[in-house]
Amino acid sequence: MKIKNVEEFKNLNKLYSKQNNCKQKMVAVCSGTGCRAGKAINVFEAFKSELMNYKEDIILKETGCHGFCEKGPLVVIRPDNIFYQQVNPEIVPEIVEKTILKGEIIDSLLFKNPENAEKIIEENEIPFYKGQERFIFGSNGYIDPKSIDDYIKIGGYSSLVKALSEMTQEKIVDEIIESGLRGRGGGGYPTGIKWKSCQKAEGNRKFIICNADEGDPGAYMDRSILEGNPHSVLEGMIIGAYAIGSCEGYIYVRAEYPLAVENISIAIESARKYGLLGKNILGTGFSFDIRITKGGGAFVCGESTALMLSLEGKIGEPRFKHTHTAESGLYNLPTNLNNVETWANIPLIINKGSKWYRKIGTKGSKGTKLFSLVGKVMNTGLVEVPMGVTLRKIIFDIGGGIPDGKKFKAVQTGGPSGGCIPEEKLDMQVDFDELTKIGSMMGSGGMIVMDENTCMVNIAKYFLSFLVEESCGKCTPCREGIYQLYKIVNQITEGKGKADDINKLEELSEMIKDCSLCALGKTAPNPVMSTIRYFRNEYEKHILDKKCPAGVCKSLIEFKIDVKKCTKCGLCYKRCPSNSVIWEKKQIAEIISDKCTKCGICYNVCKFEAVIRD
Amino acid sequence: MNSDMIKTDNCNCRGLENRISGTNDMQNTEDNHSLDDIFSKYRKSPESLIPILQEIQLENSFLSEFSLKETSARLEIPLIQVYAVATFYNAFSLKPKGKYNIQVCMGTACHVRGAEEIVEELENILNIKRGNTTDDCKFSIETVNCVGACALGPVIVINGNYHGHLTREMIEPILKEYV
Repeated sequence: MKIKNVEEFKNLNKLYSKQNNCKQKMVAVCSGTGCRAGKAINVFEAFKSELMNYKEDIILKETGCHGFCEKGPLVVIRPDNIFYQQVNPEIVPEIVEKTILKGEIIDSLLFKNPENAEKIIEENEIPFYKGQERFIFGSNGYIDPKSIDDYIKIGGYSSLVKALSEMTQEKIVDEIIESGLRGRGGGGYPTGIKWKSCQKAEGNRKFIICNADEGDPGAYMDRSILEGNPHSVLEGMIIGAYAIGSCEGYIYVRAEYPLAVENISIAIESARKYGLLGKNILGTGFSFDIRITKGGGAFVCGESTALMLSLEGKIGEPRFKHTHTAESGLYNLPTNLNNVETWANIPLIINKGSKWYRKIGTKGSKGTKLFSLVGKVMNTGLVEVPMGVTLRKIIFDIGGGIPDGKKFKAVQTGGPSGGCIPEEKLDMQVDFDELTKIGSMMGSGGMIVMDENTCMVNIAKYFLSFLVEESCGKCTPCREGIYQLYKIVNQITEGKGKADDINKLEELSEMIKDCSLCALGKTAPNPVMSTIRYFRNEYEKHILDKKCPAGVCKSLIEFKIDVKKCTKCGLCYKRCPSNSVIWEKKQIAEIISDKCTKCGICYNVCKFEAVIRD
Repeated sequence: MNSDMIKTDNCNCRGLENRISGTNDMQNTEDNHSLDDIFSKYRKSPESLIPILQEIQLENSFLSEFSLKETSARLEIPLIQVYAVATFYNAFSLKPKGKYNIQVCMGTACHVRGAEEIVEELENILNIKRGNTTDDCKFSIETVNCVGACALGPVIVINGNYHGHLTREMIEPILKEYV
């Protein structure tokens, strides 16, 4: 069905809004990657076969990620928005019979508030969702990402129609500048300004790129947008292409995200069929098409110049940006690259206007931001909040705090380029500028929570080993500098640290920051610098006392038996993989430290806390 | 500089043949058929290099010497450039992988929840180090940056199947499912 012109699109919209029935029963089964791993597809199939037995008009939807991945597989029954968690296929017949047909609630599937043990029925009442404002991510739970009609029914592509029929190219760019939108991929560069330079750049052939090479470990927002609402990204890209004057676009997506690739491919195909992509879009004379390229799995390709080289079939080594990619990017032609989440913000801004958009957020950072809240936190998942919300609200109110009664230690933001933020900074407002001020950065929005059992020196080592692997090797400060940082930190964790190591680390970090070619190198020392800044005493304990306070660094810990607590059960003896425990019936166990590989199994299995980690 | 020095392991331009896994003639004929299918889908241009190598990798679980040479010849790109791309990107492997490729997520979220323990346990049980394949070619262990399933951490992916919320004790029973 090709929509030939704007009028036809508006008629279609009218038709859909007439059909819209707010009392329509609908079962939304979350089929994002997290829930799929928990067998959500089997849950969906079970609903499908079960609902066939009934004549009632019930819509079943396989939706994208709802965000609350910790409790998956999730099922939401609309219009009452009854939220069921950890659903398995076996209980599906009961859900259909009781909840869908009779409106009865199944108590065992409800979310239980850990604070007061109260069971919560409605999705929006759950603390995890209650604290959020989900403009970008909210539609995921309502639409089938494979259906373009679903997207149009919730108002999709109306921004494109508005842009094409009511706005000039200049007006669109001005609107984006006015909105204050800043790039969500990490750098936070004003999107509208970027568009303006590309719009002004000379040349008839221009490119639009969507950066979906989400390489930050611990971040999966872009994946979930592409999987759950791919048309919102396409719509943003088409509007951008029109404003800038481009007719070719690329989506560079991680090959590790097969579902995202599948859903975005289907979306492109159906947008073409509807005449929203391809030649002469909606009869306006404007043509634009998009191709998908799968990334090769190199972290540095998240950097724009490296990504463009990768698109050309070359190795992804960044180049100096004397000339901006807006003027000379892909194939040395003017190119505008934005991140998935940035593109998804565009339809919202065009639809509601920059004035509305500017009301959300802080002075320097407008709109909402998606974060992947992961690590040692109760409610792992994707969180969308207005810029300026405090870290405490995100981690404790929405995230539910730290599990197992442990103490909060730090939160890491910004991926390998970011830093670790300690408890005393929890009340700061999260936005681009504030995070940079305290030595971290927004990055793409990964937020990894760490508890008292996390060793900050080990975390610095972890990020350095990641960056040693991922540095492309083109410039020396990054290639050699990060490796030297890694070597020093590694020695510290092995108990071979020297007194002036901290100074050396700081000095070297400054050099790498100042002299590296691209953002990967320039920000690589952040994890080291921020952990030294806020957790210097941990470094000192490792270097001077040769102790790891969190009990993580193997060379610095020892396992012993507390003879007073040992119940002589012999479990540690039975489970030790390296035969390092001596035990006989009715005898107290003993650990031979020379043989011990410090795997920690004895420590974890002992129910009587008789194994001490020192 | 004498000729021995040129053949060091750090130099990408020499000794290439030795470092790419060889294949015999039988395999080459089979490879050729599947390569025909793959190449027919792409334009003969440099930008097709990465997608083509990705498809070959997917089909054969690794990039053989033969396939790299064929790619170079068919796309008319120097072999050294094909080799550079094949070794730059993590998605490519020059060594064959096991029937079951175990991807262990080493993302930050998994790291703080104990991913290292999981790799160690896999290494102990399978008696190979990360990055290697068992002698019977059944299992290989691959560490990856992040599979984007952080809520399930620590998580491993075996041939597309996710196993999450892992503890050391869960590894052996999971591996048994695949034997």
